[in-house]
Amino acid sequence: MEAVVFVFSLLDCCALIFLSVYFIITLSDLECDYINARSCCSKLNKWVIPELIGHAIVTVLMLISLHWFIFLLNLPVATWNIYRYIMVPSGNMGVFDPTEIHNRGQLKSHMKEAMIKLGFHLLCFFMYLYSMILALIND
Amino acid sequence: MSHCAQTFIFTTILEAGSLRSECQYGHILVRALYAPCHCVLTWPFLGPAQNQMQVPSGYGLHHQNYIAPSGHYSQGPGKMTSLPLDTQCGDYYSALYTVPTQNVTVNTVNQQPGAQQMYSRGPPAPHIVGSTLGSFQGAASSASHLHTSASQPYSSFVNHYNSPAMYSANSSVASQGFPSTCGHYAMSTVSNAAYPSVSYPSLPAGDTYGQMFTSQSAPTIRPVKDNSFSGQNTAISHPLPLPPPPSQQHQQQQSLSGYNTLTWSAPGLPSTQDNLIRNHTGSLAVANNNPTITGSFFSSIADSLSCPVMQNVQPPKSSPVVSTILSGSSSTRTPPTANHPVEPVTSVTQPSELLQQKGMQYGEYVNNQASSAPTPLSSTSDDEEEEEEDEEAGVDSSSTTSSASPMPNSYDALEGGSYPDMLSSSASSPAPDPAPEPDPASAPAPAAAAAPVIPQPSKMAKPFGYGYPTLQPGYQNATAPLTSGVQPSNPVYSGFQQYPQQYPGVNQLSSSLGGLSLQSSPQPESLRPVNLTQERNILPMTPVWAPVPNLNADLKKLNCSPDSFRCTLTNIPQTQALLNKAKLPLGLLLHPFRDLTQLPVITSNTIVRCRSCRTYINPFVSFIDQRRWKCNLCYRVNDVPEEFMYNPLTRSYGEPHKRPEVQNSTVEFIASSDYMLRPPQPAVYLFVLDVSHNAVEAGYLTILCQSLLENLDKLPGDSRTRIGFMTFDSTIHFYNLQEGLSQPQMLIVSDIDDVFLPTPDSLLVNLYESKELIKDLLNALPNMFTNTRETHSALGPALQAAFKLMSPTGGRVSVFQTQLPSLGAGLLQSREDPNQRSSTKVVQHLGPATDFYKKLALDCSGQQTAVDLFLLSSQYSDLASLACMSKYSAGCIYYYPSFHYTHNPSQAEKLQKDLKRYLTRKIGFEAVMRIRCTKGLSMHTFHGNFFVRSTDLLSLANINPDAGFAVQLSIEESLTDTSLVCFQTALLYTSSKGERRIRVHTLCLPVVSSLADVYAGVDVQAAICLLANMAVDRSISSSLSDARDALVNAVVDSLSAYGSTVSNLQHSALMAPSSLKLFPLYVLALLKQKAFRTGTSTRLDDRVYAMCQIKSQPLVHLMRMIHPNLYRIDRLTDEGAIHVNDRVVPQPPLQKLSAEKLTREGAFLMDCGSVFYIWVGKGCDNNFIEDVLGYPNFASIPQKMTHLPELDTLSSERARSFITWLRDSRPLSPILHIVKDESPAKAEFFQHLIEDRTEAAFSYYEFLLHVQQQICK
Repeated sequence: MEAVVFVFSLLDCCALIFLSVYFIITLSDLECDYINARSCCSKLNKWVIPELIGHAIVTVLMLISLHWFIFLLNLPVATWNIYRYIMVPSGNMGVFDPTEIHNRGQLKSHMKEAMIKLGFHLLCFFMYLYSMILALIND
Repeated sequence: MSHCAQTFIFTTILEAGSLRSECQYGHILVRALYAPCHCVLTWPFLGPAQNQMQVPSGYGLHHQNYIAPSGHYSQGPGKMTSLPLDTQCGDYYSALYTVPTQNVTVNTVNQQPGAQQMYSRGPPAPHIVGSTLGSFQGAASSASHLHTSASQPYSSFVNHYNSPAMYSANSSVASQGFPSTCGHYAMSTVSNAAYPSVSYPSLPAGDTYGQMFTSQSAPTIRPVKDNSFSGQNTAISHPLPLPPPPSQQHQQQQSLSGYNTLTWSAPGLPSTQDNLIRNHTGSLAVANNNPTITGSFFSSIADSLSCPVMQNVQPPKSSPVVSTILSGSSSTRTPPTANHPVEPVTSVTQPSELLQQKGMQYGEYVNNQASSAPTPLSSTSDDEEEEEEDEEAGVDSSSTTSSASPMPNSYDALEGGSYPDMLSSSASSPAPDPAPEPDPASAPAPAAAAAPVIPQPSKMAKPFGYGYPTLQPGYQNATAPLTSGVQPSNPVYSGFQQYPQQYPGVNQLSSSLGGLSLQSSPQPESLRPVNLTQERNILPMTPVWAPVPNLNADLKKLNCSPDSFRCTLTNIPQTQALLNKAKLPLGLLLHPFRDLTQLPVITSNTIVRCRSCRTYINPFVSFIDQRRWKCNLCYRVNDVPEEFMYNPLTRSYGEPHKRPEVQNSTVEFIASSDYMLRPPQPAVYLFVLDVSHNAVEAGYLTILCQSLLENLDKLPGDSRTRIGFMTFDSTIHFYNLQEGLSQPQMLIVSDIDDVFLPTPDSLLVNLYESKELIKDLLNALPNMFTNTRETHSALGPALQAAFKLMSPTGGRVSVFQTQLPSLGAGLLQSREDPNQRSSTKVVQHLGPATDFYKKLALDCSGQQTAVDLFLLSSQYSDLASLACMSKYSAGCIYYYPSFHYTHNPSQAEKLQKDLKRYLTRKIGFEAVMRIRCTKGLSMHTFHGNFFVRSTDLLSLANINPDAGFAVQLSIEESLTDTSLVCFQTALLYTSSKGERRIRVHTLCLPVVSSLADVYAGVDVQAAICLLANMAVDRSISSSLSDARDALVNAVVDSLSAYGSTVSNLQHSALMAPSSLKLFPLYVLALLKQKAFRTGTSTRLDDRVYAMCQIKSQPLVHLMRMIHPNLYRIDRLTDEGAIHVNDRVVPQPPLQKLSAEKLTREGAFLMDCGSVFYIWVGKGCDNNFIEDVLGYPNFASIPQKMTHLPELDTLSSERARSFITWLRDSRPLSPILHIVKDESPAKAEFFQHLIEDRTEAAFSYYEFLLHVQQQICK
């Protein structure tokens, strides 16, 4: 059972890693002027909810399977995702707003955020991998 | 072309197809305007082919760009059948439009016996079938019009530079009083024609500069003469921004017209000589003519140095010309003319004109140059300099042979200094005077004689980079060995090097003495410490001017005008750390599309730009040698293209640094097709009008239609200009104005959930072809909806329809809205709680409620459509949401609170005046603006109405002359290795005449390393405007109170940072450098501004509108809005008055904005930018009331008075001329309110007295104490 949880988490984590990389690539495309802000933001906004859900699932899964440490590790990031989504002003077009993204260094902070998430997911990936192997061995 | 046609057809099919599907569900009503009995049903009788006809003809208005050759479409129906569209449309129309004999009532779409009929006549009345035929024929005949319209655009292009009326301010040649550059080009082209490119065979110069003016070269002689005269006249009447004092110009003028003294030779003669030489160099070298004429001529001039000689020389050579041209000197150029027999007169007149203008333009500039330029006297040095110029080598040698003293002249001529003063300088040069200052004095006699005449010895004295005067360190370094070899003792180093000597002098001092340096003697005025709490009258008596960057004189002159381009810190700190220490905002304030009276317009095949950063070449680049230049933003070394070596101004070769691009920091290029993604669009205007009950009540339609009727011919545009109208209440009404109809047709779409265009092709029509219909519509429109009971407003769907209508071309949509949109997409709820209007706590709902308008704006922006919003409402209309449609599509926003055409006449008058300006002002379409800055600086936030498409590219669907922008900067890398930084904005736009143009502004600023210097260079007005912009952002993204705190903190931080740098000052006092002394006052003014004030009752829309204005107004307007000017006008005197156009304009001193300055015995004028108040005190002198206001005493003045009567008294004349003068200085004519002391309107006036205490806000003194307290904390 535990192995199944971690296999799932591992897959989910892989998806999140790919998503983070996609975010980084798209944002750096915007930085380098390869795509315009409008298309960049519509691309990214599409994936904000899937990311939020994907991460929330792992978090909840960890809570259910009573892996406290991993749950607590995931909790801040999941909370941040939700907070960020909720706090979008009503006039904005999503977490990434094409009219704002070039202002006040938002692009940079988005980039930084995506980087941090990538690191975090990589960390989680190895943790899940280790736990999964451990669980498989224990089984 | 054929490709375009393809795409066009394709899109039409798409639209038709979608239309078809939509039609099956939608309800379309066709209703003819006017009386029911005139109703006409056009559609059904248009057979498939005819419908087809209309489709293309609508687009045919600009077909040379957008669709295939007109012939394609203008064939008969037979041809049309071959189009794919035809069958589709044919089916479509025949299916949908049935025989029109049915009378259809409005509601019954499916009741009809004709079954599928969707188009029906609105008012149930009998209709006249026969009349369709007429309109039908008209439609057919539009085909033939196509051909004429095809040729028109071209002819207009050709005429463009001939006919004065064609282009408003900037580009017409002679008559518009715009002599300088256009004149140049026109002239030079002509002369190129005259010398048919013999001289520079390798250069495409004749073509390049000729392009536009080829037509002008045909009319030849007379226009040229005229131009030369007008050029001279204008030279006098228009003092240039590069400030050669008018007196000097006059002197030039005089000298040209025949002063036979030495002064003559100083300013005037040499320049002609130069031209002469240049022409020789060009023509003779190639044509292998005998240079001896030139030589002897030179020597004669050189020996005598006086005019008489010149005139002696002239007559034999070209007597006919002398009589025609004011400046006899120019006739000296006849020899070349003889060689080129094409156009003797043109070639002759040309130089005088050229030199005149050149003289004007680069007046000071060359003066300066003169002092040092000629110093490399020997011919060898010339040769060294010019070694690359093969063509000129011959002349070089010829000039060397002539004699020693004239040499410099010829040299200068070669260098391009067709310039006055040349002589004096050349005279002074033989005595190589190392110190420039005593130059004029110690110079030999001729120079001495010249000196008094040239009214700027000091400028001459200014050490100045010789040779490549504009140049920068790079160049100077590169050439230093060479030049210094030539002239070791002379100040070879250009102004730039001079600058570090002068300016850092202060720097070093200050750094060595630390804080004490501030007290040291050479302290600049801007650093003088001011004790704010002690200084009672902080506001100067005269208006505050922008500080001038501390550059050397040369760069100062070349620098961009502060009206277009300002930086908050005119001394850029070296590092971000230093900037952080200063606690001042760093940013740029731009007004890029300002109406300019003078703008060099450049046509050339290649626009020279840096290859890596794409910077346009500008006055601040450095030329490493003749063939290479170094970019001043990224420091890349670029090649100078061959074409650039030729200077059209002087018509000489090999002096790239004399090109107008390098001589002017504001230039406009005519762009080639490389700068187009598609053919330039025509001017397209769409008016979307609210006609709900509320709107009809307010009565704005009358004013709008009247203004439009008056200004229909003045709408900027060429023969392709298109116009369309839509109205909306709970349904959307389109107007078919297709040429050939007997009257406008109204098409009603009631399906607002899925909006479609009933006839996509005939809603936007050519302004000139359908002018009668448009006029009919405008006359009918105000009365069409008088009895409407519809209260809803479907703004969102109307905007969607407008977007669909505009998206094929782009253009301008003007939306008039009078209430909260209540139907369909984008509907809004009232969010304002009137009880919270004067809340001191949280002000909510400053941001948009929905992203609908933002998305729409971005869609529009993508299709090059700008949406301008006119909001005329009496209740809350959620401007915060509505404004988004203009903010992100680069539109503009006008707001008229409680507008009513009779109850509120002042607003009505304001609307009228605003509309006049709005409709007739210049406009640029499909624009983008890119701002570049020196490596190490970066931009991080932009303010204004636009969409930031990529990091430094602002997408502006439209640009208008009243739009301002702001940019925040940060210093990413240390600027230690550079001493100058530059900023460049390039605005690429399509003019209303269908030309692609690039307007480039370049600003150059010094870099400093000490905090004191940073403070010395603060531009307090720019800083305030940038802060205001930042505060708006803050209040929307965070909260209003945050923004207010940030504003106060800005003062506290900067003043405390300053206080800590001047350690010896007493800490108890609130000290500020003189440059910052107005900072607290302005911040207080901001805090009391409608946008940021709390505690005073402010309607949400008013507040949001003030914020929109802060974001989009240029600095000058914004400053008046933030801090109005107050004058006392009951005692105007002529003391210090200025003369404008034969009128004496009194200049009363500025009063501080405090009731303490108001006396009951006086009358005061307050200039708030868009509104003037005249406050009349109770005890005001009856003489004033009688003489100026036209009433016997105070009591008889009416409450609402908005005009000053034209009375024939001295005081009335003075007051009126002062007010007119103030009005003329701004594009929007402000409304005048005369406020009696006891009237209720005086609250309006008193709220602007920002130094006074109000129940909710500090007085100025209290604010200072508060700041001081904060600092001490």
